[in-house]
Amino acid sequence: MKKVGNQSYILNKPVNIAATASIVGPKEKEGPLHQFFDQCLEDEFWGESSWEKAESKLVKEAVSMAISKSGIASSNIDFCFAGDLLNQCIASSFGLRETNIPFIGLFGACSTFVESMIIASALIDGDFATNTICTASSHFCSAEKQFRFPLELGNQRPPSSQWTVTGSGAAILTKDGTGPFITSFTPGKIVDMGIKDANNMGAAMAGAAEDTLIRHLTDTGREPNYYDVILTGDLGYIGKDILIDLVSSKGYNIKDIYNDCGVLMFDKEKQDTHSGGSGCGCIATVFSGFVYQMLQEKKYKKVLMIATGALMNSTSTQQGESIPGIAHAISIEVL
Amino acid sequence: MKAIQSKEEYQSYVDAKTPNSPILKNCFNAFWVGGLICAIGQIIFGLCKSRGIDETNSYTIVSMTLVFASAFLTGLNVFNKVGKFAGAGSLIPITGFANSIVSPAMEYKSEGYVMGVGAKMFTVAGPVLVYGISTSIVVGLIYILLNTQSLVLI
Amino acid sequence: MDWMMILKAFVVGGAICVIGQILIDKTKLTPARILVAYVTIGAILGGLGLYKYLIDFAGCGATVPLTGFGSLLAKGTISEVQTTGFIGAFTGGIKAAAGGISAAIFFGYIASLVSKPKIKKQ
Repeated sequence: MKKVGNQSYILNKPVNIAATASIVGPKEKEGPLHQFFDQCLEDEFWGESSWEKAESKLVKEAVSMAISKSGIASSNIDFCFAGDLLNQCIASSFGLRETNIPFIGLFGACSTFVESMIIASALIDGDFATNTICTASSHFCSAEKQFRFPLELGNQRPPSSQWTVTGSGAAILTKDGTGPFITSFTPGKIVDMGIKDANNMGAAMAGAAEDTLIRHLTDTGREPNYYDVILTGDLGYIGKDILIDLVSSKGYNIKDIYNDCGVLMFDKEKQDTHSGGSGCGCIATVFSGFVYQMLQEKKYKKVLMIATGALMNSTSTQQGESIPGIAHAISIEVL
Repeated sequence: MKAIQSKEEYQSYVDAKTPNSPILKNCFNAFWVGGLICAIGQIIFGLCKSRGIDETNSYTIVSMTLVFASAFLTGLNVFNKVGKFAGAGSLIPITGFANSIVSPAMEYKSEGYVMGVGAKMFTVAGPVLVYGISTSIVVGLIYILLNTQSLVLI
Repeated sequence: MDWMMILKAFVVGGAICVIGQILIDKTKLTPARILVAYVTIGAILGGLGLYKYLIDFAGCGATVPLTGFGSLLAKGTISEVQTTGFIGAFTGGIKAAAGGISAAIFFGYIASLVSKPKIKKQ
């Protein structure tokens, strides 16, 4: 692995993505990407007594599905990197407590999935690991309960609010294989644009996405059109528009090749999801379901995934703090 | 567009980019749903009066009936749909107060009946009671100060 | 049935809700803050003796919105102060509003026993 520019890294030997798995909830099932997911749930409790338990089950099932798809024995997996939005990441740790795989819990808000892939590929590239699993999850109900209001409260969601995706995505990263491959990555810096409105996460995170994207392009000397598609997750409609503007003010045009996982996940008009999807599970399931299949079918050959996270909690919001954003980029190619 | 230099500039740019709530439609819905709830209250009030119940008790019966209706609809998972449509129209009447007690009670049942249902019930209603009751006590104290001559202080 | 009173309740109650809706859409106040503001304003207006004119005019159009709840607290305090003196400042408010508060707590508890929250389909 060699460092290029300020904060980007090119892997010596591209890391293979051996298998992915994605499980989503009932609302995601009604969305435009439903045929790409491995499993769609009929109800958000999934037979459990609480949403937190249901989210843990999402993690558990997605991970075991990815492991069985890859054909690798779980005893041969060196690390499991996982994270979610619940306090102290209990969805991941409770979901994976019976796996017997060395577990590293991560928190990067909605950027967790790419964060985990960055760490995993660095370890594999450095010969510290052979097989790893990366996973992230979120659940609409448990997230609403923790960050916003009770589900039965009769309130109105503002047009800038985003809809937390119920779902979990998992990917198995290995040293050897036939691809698609992770070839380079750019871990992001924390960028605070001074936005305080917790109902406008896209605007709060767009600055971080811009910083990481421009950093990645300058460090690697690439133009945006090096990629077939640049995907952020999850700026939503408003954040997506803002990112296009911010990047164009720096002299790059990404309009034609750029999209956002939160935008792709739901049908805004029919599903009334306002600014689109969000949550750790959004980019995790869109990647594990949709993007991975596109890469396998060689419809996409070079993809830049930029996962964005809003690094706040409900206490910081109540104390009137602004929302710092983070964005991590990873490029995935079919070689 | 030109590069954004400061946080203030970014904030005003974001404000311009963020769509506004459909305020006219929302106000129209709030008006007729809120008005309807009050009109139903008035009808109940009329029925109580016609049965010879005094005014104070009639108003209490109106409150309790509306609170029950709101709790019932919340329990049937219907009130949030009403609230999404009507906004302040169902929030501002006492139905909204009742919904703000019932909804966290249902939500936090998974944390048990004491610290879940019992404690979380007041996440929204608690502040309402704190400020309402405190204000009324201050009102009472001021009233005493202004009328000390005419009152027998215990 | 007093149809004129019902109409007045409809219009006044609706108008009070519209003010709340404007606050929701134009400011970033959460529902809790709006309810607190309403109950406090109602208690102040009730304490000043102004809210009763609105109640005389619109009946439930004034008592059903949360400002009415606030004014009831204040009204109860004052009348209790008049009859029992100092202690009334602390007992009057809740006494007057007890019906609504107790009903909300009790029905809320019952609803939590029998019902489970469900996701908004829309």
